[in-house]
This record gives sequence, C-alpha cells and structure tokens, in this order.
Amino acid sequence: MDLEALLGCLTTSSCVVTQTVSGLIVGMLLFLVAAGLTLIFGVLKIVNFAHGTFYMLGAYLAYSVFAATGSYVLGVLAGGLGMAAFGVLFERFLIRRVYGANVLMQLLICYAVVLICDDLVKLIWGPDFRAMGMPPEFQVPPLFIAGGVVPPFYIVLIAVTLVIGGALGLGLGLTRVGKTIRAAAINPDMVSALGINTTLLYSMVFAVGGMLAGLAGGLAAPVRSLTPGMGFSILIESFIVTVIGGMGSIAGALIAAVVLGLIRSFGTIGFPLFTEGLMYIAMIIILVVKPSGLFGKEIV
Amino acid sequence: MRERINRRTLLAGSAGLLAAPWIARAQSNPLKIGIQSIFSGPIALLGTSSRGGIQPEIDRINAAGGLLGRQIQPVYRDSKGQPQEAARVARELVNTDGCEILLDAEASSGAFAVQEVVRDLGVLCVHSNSETSSLTADPKLRVATAFRSTRQGVHDAIVGGAHSAKVATEKKLSRWATCSPDYAFGRDTTAQFLEFLKHFKPDIEVVSQSWPKLGQPDFTEVITKILQAKPQALYSALYAGDLSAFINQGNVYALFGAMQVFVPAMGDLPVLTAIKNLPPGIQSAARYLPTFPDTPANAAWYAQYRKANGNDYPTNWSWESATAMRFIEAAVTKAGSTDGKKAAAALEGLTIDSPFSTTGKVTMRAEDHTLIDYAIGWGTTVPQPPFVTGIEPGDWGQIFELETEWKKKNGYI
Repeated sequence: MDLEALLGCLTTSSCVVTQTVSGLIVGMLLFLVAAGLTLIFGVLKIVNFAHGTFYMLGAYLAYSVFAATGSYVLGVLAGGLGMAAFGVLFERFLIRRVYGANVLMQLLICYAVVLICDDLVKLIWGPDFRAMGMPPEFQVPPLFIAGGVVPPFYIVLIAVTLVIGGALGLGLGLTRVGKTIRAAAINPDMVSALGINTTLLYSMVFAVGGMLAGLAGGLAAPVRSLTPGMGFSILIESFIVTVIGGMGSIAGALIAAVVLGLIRSFGTIGFPLFTEGLMYIAMIIILVVKPSGLFGKEIV
Repeated sequence: MRERINRRTLLAGSAGLLAAPWIARAQSNPLKIGIQSIFSGPIALLGTSSRGGIQPEIDRINAAGGLLGRQIQPVYRDSKGQPQEAARVARELVNTDGCEILLDAEASSGAFAVQEVVRDLGVLCVHSNSETSSLTADPKLRVATAFRSTRQGVHDAIVGGAHSAKVATEKKLSRWATCSPDYAFGRDTTAQFLEFLKHFKPDIEVVSQSWPKLGQPDFTEVITKILQAKPQALYSALYAGDLSAFINQGNVYALFGAMQVFVPAMGDLPVLTAIKNLPPGIQSAARYLPTFPDTPANAAWYAQYRKANGNDYPTNWSWESATAMRFIEAAVTKAGSTDGKKAAAALEGLTIDSPFSTTGKVTMRAEDHTLIDYAIGWGTTVPQPPFVTGIEPGDWGQIFELETEWKKKNGYI
C-alpha cells in the first residue's frame, strides 16, 4: 500500500490527467463488451459466457482486414459487422434451442462455443500471438494536457466508444425497435401476443450484442495482443461490470466500467500489489449494499 | 444406419493405422528416444519449435546410417505443461514405449518432475528447455544421468547485469523502474537482475515496481504509472504476447523515448517479427538470432531450420533442443552404448562443435551437468532485420566467477 504516492498523484494535475485518461480508455472498451453482455441478459435472460469469444473474433477479423486493406476503419467495421452476423447465427442455431432451459445447459453450449472458437482461431491464425500494429495515421507523439500525457489514439477511441454508447442508449430509449426490445425484456409473452415478431427481435439483440463486442475487439486490436483465449479475461471483467452496474442496465454498465477503469489506474499507484483485488472488493461492496447492482431492478 | 457403418469403417481404419507401426517395429531394432514437451495450449510454440530443432538432427543422423548403426525413432509426447502429466509421460516413454533415452523439452515446471523420474529410472536424459538455475546447480536436485543443454537463468542475470550496468554508467542512468509478470518467474528474474546490476553499479535506485498479471489485456495503467515515476531506465521481464502488448501500448505513450528500456526476452525472432513498430534503442538479450554469433555455421543452421520447418522462425528453444540432440549423439557414440551410466560418463565434460557459440564449441560442464560457452550477449534493437545490432558477447570468465559466488551464497557448494 502506498497512500503517500496516491495522495501525491491526486494533488498533481499531470498525474490526475494521465491516470484519468488511462482509466477512461480501459473503462470504455470494457463498457462496449459489458453493454452487449448486459443487453443480452436483460432481454433474453441468457448469461452469454461466449461473449468474450465475440470480442476475440472481432479483434482477429479486424486484424486480417487491416492486414489486407491497410484500413483501420474497415478493420473495425469488419469486426463489428462480422460479429453481428456471428451473433445472429449463434442465436439462431444454438441459443434459441435452450431458452428457458436449465442454466447449466446454456452454460455448456456457450462453453463449447468458446472452446471451438479458440481452436478455430489456432487453426486459422496460429497458436502464437498476433499484433496488428498501430495504423500509420495514429503513429503520432502523445499530447501534453496540464502536464499529463494523453495519446491522441486514445482520445479517438474514447470518443468513438462514447458515440456508440450514446447511439445505443438513444436507440433503446427513443426508437420503436428500442422500445419493443425494452418491452420484451419486461414481458415477452405480452409483446409476442401483440403480434410482434419476437424471434426476429431476439436475433437483433444478439446482433447488437455481438457487434458491440466485435467493435471493442477491433478498436483495441492495435494496442492489445491477439491470442487464442484472449476473450476470457475481458469476460471476467465484463461480469464484474454487469454485477456492479446491475444486470440488464446499459447506463449501469457505462458507469461501472468507467469506475473499474479508474480503480485500476489510480489503484495501481496507491495499491500496486492489490489492484486486481480492488475490483473484486468494489463488486463485493455492491453485492452487500445493493445486491441488484447500481441500476439493476430488484429481482423478485 | 448410415452412421453405424461409418463408425465401424472408421474403427477398422484406425485399428489398421495403429497396428502399422508395430509391424514395422517388429522388423528392425530402432533406437527409440522419448521426446516430451508442450505441444498444445498457449505455449505450444515451446514444443513445436523444439521439435523443429530436434527432427532435422535425427533425420541427418538416420541418413548417415543411424546411431550405433540403429535408426533413431523419436516418440513425441505432449505433457500440456502439467508437472504430474510430465512425470507420467516420462515414465511411460521408458517403461511402455521402450525408449532408451529421454530428451526432455519441457518448460521448467515439467522438467523438475521429469528429473525425479530420471533419478528413479536411471536412463540418460537431456533437458533442453528448462533455464531455471537450481535444476542443475542445487546438488540436492542433481541426478547422475540427467543433463541440461540450455542457457541458464543465473548466466543471463550476470551478463544482463554487467551489460546494463555498463550502459547505465555510460548514459548516467541511476533511477530505475521494473515491470514484470506477477508470478515466480517474473519476480525471481527481476530480483536476480537487480542483484547483479547493483553488483556492477551500486548507486542504483529503484523508484517504481509494477507487477502486471500474466496475460493482462491492458497495460495502460502500468505504463502511465511508470511514466509518473519518471525513471531513467526500465527493466522488464515480460515476454511473448504480453511483451508485444506492452510495447504497442508503450508506443502510444512514447514510453520508449522517455527512458532507456532493458528487455531480456526481446531477442527471439517470433517476438521481433510479430511486433509491428518495434521501437529502436531497446537493450535486449540475444536469445536466438541468426546474426549472433555472426558465423557461416549459424547462418547455415538458420537457413536449414527454416527450410525444414515450412519457413517458420527458429526460437531460443530450437537451438537448445538441437544442442540436446547433438550431445546425445556424441555421448552415445563415444560410450558405444545407450546405457544410462555409460552414456552419462561419456557426456560429462564433453565438448562438441556448435553453431550456437562464439568460439564454435560448447561444453557440458562435468561438475554440474549444465551447458557452458554458448552464445550469450546483449544488443540494441532496430526496427528492421536483423532487429538486434551491436551485440556484445558476455565474458565467460566473469560468468564463472560470479556464478561460483552465487552458488556459494545459496549453499550449493
């Protein structure tokens, strides 16, 4: 524990700026993955243990498209759209068969998909790690704001994730489809009785969830290593986010993800040996104080 | 119905396949060598690139008439990196498969388990990947018929410390930070490096230490923490995918321009070729490089490896495993037998020609059964091939002297 260092950091603008941006970037990428996870759970009551796999495949797709075209934008789009399509297939052929089934059955199917996809990645891209490399347009020196170090690439990433998150929030809150999705989350039978095609709706939820994870993978690919099984650690952190934010709550996921990012960035200065533990402590506190999460509905 | 027929056909077919080697075996008396390593999972490269070094040696020996006139038949087994599995596989290779010699290409976790099996079975065994010093340095762990054909942690720490101290003196680097993976390997190598660095340059101050988790996707908070501490130099024991992510994320923060970075695990081709935008000026150990030693023999071995292995790059493990096979060949030939005791007696103190040495020869040191005189050195990274330049070889006289001191301090001698 190094409270002196933490205090020293909190009282200098350079440290506050640097660590805040660093916390935001970790948090926002996590938010994209967790948002899909929480959306799928909120509407379909499915805990998608294969969600980390969407993130991994999105990153690999982006890697290949970037390598072929040299365009980072195309790479990220390929990751997002590819995983939207994958999400639809995953829902149509596997998950649809286990709605309402024993949660162990759902877990088994998701875990099988995780293992199969990890092996597929090994077959296609090889067992070793891959690095996409920074797109040339972002190979620029970092900015110095109030003495703090701020990489331009991360500003772009944070902006993009904010736009995606905003679009998701507005889409769910204001559009007809969004309202229907929220209605289906509360009472699917009634939505179905009203003549709305819930089958299509469920596919759409998986498409959006998959797209978000795929986008996160694509966006992060220039700075993170691509390895088979890379989805696992992000999945664990996404679960922490959904538990803190409340299962099914997009706004909760956003706040929880940013809080986790900040816990990491400031925690590593104040508690260098216990940074990971801090995240779990945050989760435990929430579970004790408000078991349904910050924005979660009470489970009846 | 259709499915049942298919299954039967499949069963019959696989039974035929399984039986085929037994028929072949019955017709000759091949010399079986058990080779175990990690061939699956995230560090499968350990196994595949070890086999890539071993198999061409076996092919060469067999083409020239075999060892003691017998064709070598390798039996490869996957331990998946689990110690208990490694021990089981080793026992099975000898007792069930009839292997007369073991070439243990396990990582340290498995090698220590294999060592105990070898103590029990008494066969000749050469460990070709475990670099943990105590395996051969600690007399309690040593086994009469077991040897090690690899570089060694303590040798690396001595040469790394000496080289880094020299650079630190030239560039006046006294404020140091470290960033290594949070498990035994990361903590041990970092402590050992700092110990020898301080031996050569006592006025070192360590201002910040970070221990990211193995396989952590994002190192941003660690990188910004290091930047906050404003060190003049950074040591990192990160490797493979973690190292690549650290470098890509460090680049975003211009970390490598802000301080002199020392990374021992950088100088291996799969890492160097996978990392895009490799920053210039990182100090790195040469684990395996075709340009170190810069000799025709090494260049020829490199070309032959890539030709034999579908244009893959050799790793540090490849040369270590090829060296194990060459020592087995020389020892068995000298002893005229595959008997554990006789072959071990022949192998003790044996010197062979090797592309992996600046003197052209490596030796299996008699007193502790470990490899010496291999190529060991540090250089500076450049973004294009050969990736690491200006490699300064370590001084083996100095290594022996400090290694002896280190052994005394640990109560090994």
